[in-house]
Order: sequence, then structure tokens, then C-alpha cells
Amino acid sequence: MYHKRGLWAIKAKNGGVFPKHDPKPKPAAPVEKPPKFYPADDVKKPLLNKRKPKPTKLRASITPGTVLIILAGRFKGKRVVFLKQLSSGLLLVTGPFKINGVPLRRVNQSYVIATSTKVDVSGINVDKFDDKYFAKQAEKKKKKGEGEFFESEKEEKNVLPQEKKDDQKTVDASLIKSIEGVPDLKAYLGARFSLKAGMKPHELVF
Amino acid sequence: MPFKRYVEIGRVALVNYGKEYGKLVVIVDVIDQNRALVDAPDMVRSQMNFKRLSLTDIKIDIKRVPKKKTLIEAMEKADVKNKWENSSWGRKLIVQKRRASLNDFDRFKLMLAKIKRGGIIRQELAKLKKEAA
Repeated sequence: MYHKRGLWAIKAKNGGVFPKHDPKPKPAAPVEKPPKFYPADDVKKPLLNKRKPKPTKLRASITPGTVLIILAGRFKGKRVVFLKQLSSGLLLVTGPFKINGVPLRRVNQSYVIATSTKVDVSGINVDKFDDKYFAKQAEKKKKKGEGEFFESEKEEKNVLPQEKKDDQKTVDASLIKSIEGVPDLKAYLGARFSLKAGMKPHELVF
Repeated sequence: MPFKRYVEIGRVALVNYGKEYGKLVVIVDVIDQNRALVDAPDMVRSQMNFKRLSLTDIKIDIKRVPKKKTLIEAMEKADVKNKWENSSWGRKLIVQKRRASLNDFDRFKLMLAKIKRGGIIRQELAKLKKEAA
């Protein structure tokens, strides 16, 4: 074991003695006062967990500009353009809204089929969109007056702030131009995907 | 009713089972009642059960167990590749492969093209019916 670890070579290089480093001078630790209060029972503290979860690994087939097929939810079957992956791991996606009614939206990677069709998204700046942009607005506290119960039902339904509508328009403007450059792509994105007779998903190439 | 495609030296066959599925090979020798020695320009010469082979109409002129070079020359002379790709069987296989490799977008474009073609045919038919009436 001594020979296998090469300790003899290290000693020979150091002149017959195993090299030894003196401990570095540590800065003097601050003086700690003894605590005033000791709890009666010893309570065990759980071990510290410093684990930070990483964002979901993005499938290699999904790159900015890929056309995705959404499989679940309100927009199931819709073909949609992928923009970027947010820090939470969800995918930022847009219809474009004018083509198929899907707004800027987050979607989970597991509920999506990636096709091999790509759209050119080089001109689009998506830096301002993150998970906070999509957070629900905190609701105002409703007063509990009885007479106001029936009226409060007619409160403004969640109107989309004009800012979000403008964001949608800017992102979609350049997207729609590159989509119209490819023949039939606009109709393709406007149509929903469905399995027809004879289609075997495990044999289909997407 | 009698057999038309015989197992003989030089018969081109299609492999229908196994690792070499879908390849065209030439029967180069017969080993026994069940197996043949089979060779193709891009594979190592090996034995195969006859049950794994589907005989084609194509036959090339070679002697028993030719050298690889001679085999390739004979295949070029008989123009096996073009004969196969122009035969109805070969064309069917090519179409099947093309259909299987279609993208989702390609399938959509295909649907649009079929609808368009159907529309044109129906228009022509309506015209002809009107003339006949």
C-alpha cells in the first residue's frame, strides 16, 4: 500500500522526509459570550438542506422557434411557436394570437410534442418575460356588507391590462411576418392537431 | 400456377426479417435445404435462411461464390438498382418509406393537396356530366 501510493517518491522528492505544511495562521475568532438561557429539553434541529432545484432540462428537440403541439388544457391540439424556457422550467409560448388565439402563455414541457418544423424568431426580444409577469394579481379584499354582495358579483371581470395586449402585439408582429414567408405555415398553425384513423403515434415522425 | 422465381445463383432477393431488413441481396451459393450464402455490395457475405428472403424477378449473371469486385461489376452490368426502383414492388417500398418519414407539417400540406386535387376532379366530373345530360 505504501509503495502503491507512491509515498516513497514523494519522500525522495522532499529529501527523505514527508512534506509537512504548518497550519495557516487563522484570524482570531470573535469572543463568544456564554448564552443567558439554556432551554430545558434538548430539541434536535433537522439537518440543513442547501439544495437548489435546477430548471427542468429542456429536450434537445425544443429550440427557440420550434412549433409545438399542446396536448392538454384549454388549447389542446393547438400548434404553437416556442419562444424560450423560463427560470421555473416552463416554456414560454405564443400562438401567435392572431393566428390561433393562443396568447403569450406558459406551458409545461411534459404536455407538449415538439415537431421538427422551425420558425425564424431571431428578431424577437423576449427578455422582459419571466415568471413574475405571469403571476396572478393580488385581489383586493371584498367588503362584507350584505347589500353589496349582489353588486360585487358584477365587478369588473379580469380585464387584460393594455400593457399585456401591447406586448402580445409586438412579439407577434415580427413572428407573423416570418410565418407568412413560408407557404401554408399560417394555415398549419391555425389548424388543430388530431389523430385520424390509421395514425399510430409511436410510428409517426413529428 | 408453376413457380416463376427460382432460387438460383444470382437471384436477387429482398430480406424480410432480421437486422438486414429491407436490403436487396444476391444469392451467391446454396448451403443446404434451408440456407443460402448471400451477399450485397455493402454487407459482409453471410448465410441466411430462405424464410428470411423474398425472391424478386431480378437475376444477375455470376458464377458460384464470386469475388466481391466481380459481384459489384455484375450488379452494375445488370443494372439491378434501376430495375428495382422502376419495378412496381420497388416503387411501392419507396413510397411507403417516404410516407413514414413525413413531418407533421408535411402531412398537413399533403392533406391540403389531396383536398385541392379532389376539388379539381369533381369540377371536371360535373362539367362532363353536364355535357352528357
